[in-house]
Amino acid sequence: MIEPGKKSNSAIRKAWPHDSAHLHVSGEARYGDDMPEPRGLLHCWLHLANRTHARIVRMDLSRVRTAPGVVAVICAADLAATTNDIGPVFPGDLVFAEDEVLFDGQPLFAVAAETREAARIATTLADIEYEDLPAILSIDAALAANAEVVPSKQWLRGDPDGAIARAPHRLSGRVRVGGQEHFYLEGQNCLAIPQEDGQMLIHSSTQNPSELQHKAAEVLGVPANAVTAENRRMGGGFGGKETQAAWFAVIAAKLAQRTGRAVKLRLDRDADMTITGKRHAFLIDYTVGFDDAGRILGIDFMQAADCGYSPDLSHSIADRAMAHADNAYFLDHLRITSKRCFTHKASNTAFRGFGGPQGMVGIEEVIEQIARYLHMDPLAVRKVNFYGVDARNVTPYGMTVEDNILDELVGELEQRVDYAARRRAIAQFNATHPYLKKGIALTPVKFGISFTAKHLNQGGALVLVYLDGSVQLNHGGTEMGQGLHIKVAQVVAEVFGIDLDRIQITPTTTGKVPNTSSTAASAGTDLNGAAAYNAAMKIVNRLVPLVRDQFKVATETAIVFRDNGVYAGDKRLASFQEIVKLAYMNRISLSAAGFYATPKLDVDALGRGRPFYYFAYGAACTEVVIDTLTGEHRMTRVDIVHDVGKSLNPAIDMGQIEGGFVQGAGWLTSEELWWDAKGRIATHAPSTYKIPAASDVPPHFDVRIYERGVNVEDGVYRSKAVGEPPLMLAISVLYALKDAVSAIGGHRRAAVLDAPATPEAVLMAVEEMQRAIAVPASHAKRPEPETATP
Amino acid sequence: MRPLRFLLDEELRELTDIDPTMTVLEWLRGPAGLTGTKEGCAEGDCGACTVVLGTLASDGAMRYRAVNACILFLPMVDGCQLLTVEHLKAADGRLHPAQQAMVDQHGSQCGFCTPGFVMSLFAMYLTEQRPTRARVNDVLSGNLCRCTGYRPIVDAALAMYDIEWDEPVRAHAAKVVQGLRAMRDDPEPLAIEHAGRRYFAPTHADQLDALLAAHPKATLLAGATDVGLWVTKLHRDLREILFIGNVAELHGINDRTDELVIGAAVTHADAFAVIAREFPDFGELLRRFGSTLVRNSSTVGGNVANGSPIGDSMPALIALGARVVLRGPQGEREIPLEDLYVAYGKQSRAAGEYVARLRIPKLARGEQFHCYKLSKRFDQDISAVCAAFKLRVENGRVAEFRGGFGGVAAIPSRGRKTEHALVGQPWNEATLARAEAVLGEEFTPLTDMRASRDYRRLATTRLLRKFFIETTQPGVATRILDAEVLA
Repeated sequence: MIEPGKKSNSAIRKAWPHDSAHLHVSGEARYGDDMPEPRGLLHCWLHLANRTHARIVRMDLSRVRTAPGVVAVICAADLAATTNDIGPVFPGDLVFAEDEVLFDGQPLFAVAAETREAARIATTLADIEYEDLPAILSIDAALAANAEVVPSKQWLRGDPDGAIARAPHRLSGRVRVGGQEHFYLEGQNCLAIPQEDGQMLIHSSTQNPSELQHKAAEVLGVPANAVTAENRRMGGGFGGKETQAAWFAVIAAKLAQRTGRAVKLRLDRDADMTITGKRHAFLIDYTVGFDDAGRILGIDFMQAADCGYSPDLSHSIADRAMAHADNAYFLDHLRITSKRCFTHKASNTAFRGFGGPQGMVGIEEVIEQIARYLHMDPLAVRKVNFYGVDARNVTPYGMTVEDNILDELVGELEQRVDYAARRRAIAQFNATHPYLKKGIALTPVKFGISFTAKHLNQGGALVLVYLDGSVQLNHGGTEMGQGLHIKVAQVVAEVFGIDLDRIQITPTTTGKVPNTSSTAASAGTDLNGAAAYNAAMKIVNRLVPLVRDQFKVATETAIVFRDNGVYAGDKRLASFQEIVKLAYMNRISLSAAGFYATPKLDVDALGRGRPFYYFAYGAACTEVVIDTLTGEHRMTRVDIVHDVGKSLNPAIDMGQIEGGFVQGAGWLTSEELWWDAKGRIATHAPSTYKIPAASDVPPHFDVRIYERGVNVEDGVYRSKAVGEPPLMLAISVLYALKDAVSAIGGHRRAAVLDAPATPEAVLMAVEEMQRAIAVPASHAKRPEPETATP
Repeated sequence: MRPLRFLLDEELRELTDIDPTMTVLEWLRGPAGLTGTKEGCAEGDCGACTVVLGTLASDGAMRYRAVNACILFLPMVDGCQLLTVEHLKAADGRLHPAQQAMVDQHGSQCGFCTPGFVMSLFAMYLTEQRPTRARVNDVLSGNLCRCTGYRPIVDAALAMYDIEWDEPVRAHAAKVVQGLRAMRDDPEPLAIEHAGRRYFAPTHADQLDALLAAHPKATLLAGATDVGLWVTKLHRDLREILFIGNVAELHGINDRTDELVIGAAVTHADAFAVIAREFPDFGELLRRFGSTLVRNSSTVGGNVANGSPIGDSMPALIALGARVVLRGPQGEREIPLEDLYVAYGKQSRAAGEYVARLRIPKLARGEQFHCYKLSKRFDQDISAVCAAFKLRVENGRVAEFRGGFGGVAAIPSRGRKTEHALVGQPWNEATLARAEAVLGEEFTPLTDMRASRDYRRLATTRLLRKFFIETTQPGVATRILDAEVLA
């Protein structure tokens, strides 16, 4: 890439506000439900099954069809001629339940009516008879029944059983981590508008317009070229609109095709949270062998994921959990078994981190257990197990870690927070506070960047330069708040050397860039920024010969695009606009499609090899206080350093780091999904599902970008992906809570505390700890743990 | 019948033939074509729909409060000024400081919650001087953001005070006051009839009494923070609504020597200051009660009359010995609050009776009072358990003890068995242990999404222990939200 920095108007490495910020704050930013409604618009409502697992004995929709205002009704039978299955990779993700209901809330049919209220009322008029069937409602039940959505998978390296058997110490245990609702503030919605000649235009709140286009074409029974999917922005996605937005889009599109009228489908919050999948809950069993220093010698993991009723993306998510079972630690002899459990629940799906966070909790639990067993500070155990630079640097999937900065980065944070002194201060606090206990944890993150499915690592862009020198930018990525559009616009402005406000960002549409990958895997900027760079460079490379020719510039003099002009060395030849006009008059194309495919990736059938282009790193130190009488807790202090390579936009990156951390903290503490004994979800609204509020942010929250960060690979201007990795910084919150509970027992015993660590979970862990220390433990005579030294 | 009248920004809107259960949000996004205000949850829990209501106070000045438009029925803005995110920019297009600071501090990412945050900040800008961060957190307790992690939004809340700005809302207040006064001076109360649904907004108690007699099955509506959800979430068809928010006799706070008398239609926001002064712990409970947006609408009487077993004010009121004044066809009568609740969904109110006001005795010399709220999230969360205790110790023995509990039974409850185990006993560890055992058996709570039965039982006894600690070991830290602990 051309080196930045010589331009007075350089667009990169600057804290530009989000491109839509002025529209967000004024209410002028348009979301799906804000668009002017087409004439004759129909509104759609879904009927949701109120059984967890049942045979549909009879479904009589005659009263629904004749209800006031109803124009069309569709169910699985209406899709039989094309397809009722929209599984993204494997079959099994159904638009409507067929002869069997597979989870509570599964849509049975959809109504299009003149008003939303009429549609809703009509859905209550169905006459449905069910025959209940036994349901699998937990990972444990699925494991017992060997129920899987896709086959399990295993990675083996060396001789884990032998290494564990020969190790001086062995531990076994289990940790559970709950799922998480995305709670994008804007619920799922779409608007399907029939066009002439059988075409369909679909506006959808989707992270994945291309897949949505293809799924809609399959369901409609038309070629993909008859469907255009478009999205200007989402009110949050977080993975929840990667595959599942297509579900609602195909329903609206089918109703629009049938009626010839535009159809809007906007889920209300309860339906959204009932129907759509969440982050996968995991159960992780481990057996580990280690030495006196806490160094892991052999490990055996069994990861079981709650996938819900269908495959969706669960195979990939479980793969990523396997690929993050190491987090930042070298695991030599190992076995990782991954089970993709079937349960009668909504189909769990992508969520920021995509299995990585759950995999990491597994190894952090192991670290915690080793530390308490050896009476060491957990940070010391972490450090002794970090990947090496020249040795001990091969991941469980066979990739050599070539960009390891763990020691420097963690060391920097450890020094910044004065970890050893903080430990002492906390011990002092705990000694003088009988009812409140503090805890601290400093945890690392190493997160692999790239889609693990190699073919998805491609991006496309279309750059259009107009005669006045203004530029329209289109690329395959979608904007869900993460600042992708502004970053890609910065790249294009940088290449052309023009001011950022000369770039107009346009909605993502399959009509301009085809066959795009979902905006996911943190790869939005890496893929689309690079594709846009490629497109802009194509245009620059067409202009350079023209400039040389017209201005008689010698080949040894560089042509530079900067400051809204074109230069020969230091001499300004003309404005960008003038050059553009000149190109036009000389019949040179001023638009270009750009493309990018991530290099170096190569994996075998089991996903081993080099699935990632590079790693993003970070570390967080979290301090908490718990109330041992009630289990209430809160963060008192959080310090973070996070590696974004050389940041394209520090403000946008900071937003991802802070926001990711807080979202992760919610996942591990207050965000509890709860199903009743019949498998019906009861946490389907913000009144019952508690994401963090403003006051949950710690009073001391010091987040910094790792200043020495640089991408050793050729990422966009040496930046690194930032969407997902910071979420896992919040694992420090869980382990700080465990540290506080463990403090009750003098840190001689690990807390029995799974995630989410609600006040209830913490109180029960406190009670367990108090009971346990009342009985002397077998190894209670070990010396006091030593504080980690830098 | 006169039309529904209000000022949309500064423009008079007169609406007829309105469904009285249409929400303000539905009207804004539909007929009014103002889509800046968003629907995030339709239950008053996310704040994406935040708007600001300007009302004419009794002193003739304007009052501004941020509320959830998604659960506010449109007729409830009768006589008010309604301000939305579309009304903030200056005439020349400059962004309001609440907006500009959000841009400057990178306070928006996906932007969907942003209009709601901006409106909460705007209300704060109009009504408060530069606050502390903790105060900003309280102001924003009803606005959820899933992207930013809040830090930049709180920064924006502070930074907006540094932006030079001549507030048009203040500059034009005189004209708005004039407009609202003209509406208020119209003696005809609002009445609506639309497609079989009726809505009445009486202004005096005798009108309300007459309407109740004529429409005995009507739903009484105060702040709509619960009744609103009957429509938006439960899709109930409310045929007759009596809005009591304008009834003069149900307003007012009377701060007497030995008691507080609070009208049923007084909002929790308006009651906060006097309650917090008199009972600091009750103030802390109210600080965490619902959210700022909810408390700006929800009423003292509404929470009590609704009688939810998980309502947060009742445990404190019961422990304090509050009495509720019921008004009905036979006049007024007064009962201890705990006697209002008979069984789940069943109250001792006779037909035609409604909650008129609450009488809360102030603490006498030697009385100690604490209350506790346990929930998954500190702000805007319904309690798993709420407990409140009042104690008087004389000569080392418990002379008086009252315990109020929420979340542990089908109704807000008084813990009489536990009280019995305590009164007359020395206030010491042995007594406490016995009382804990009694309390652990006194209630049979449910397991639900908020907590298990085991936790509710255990935590209730632990709260009694905490009360013991706080009344016997002053200076020992027991509250994790204390500034000293957070420092």
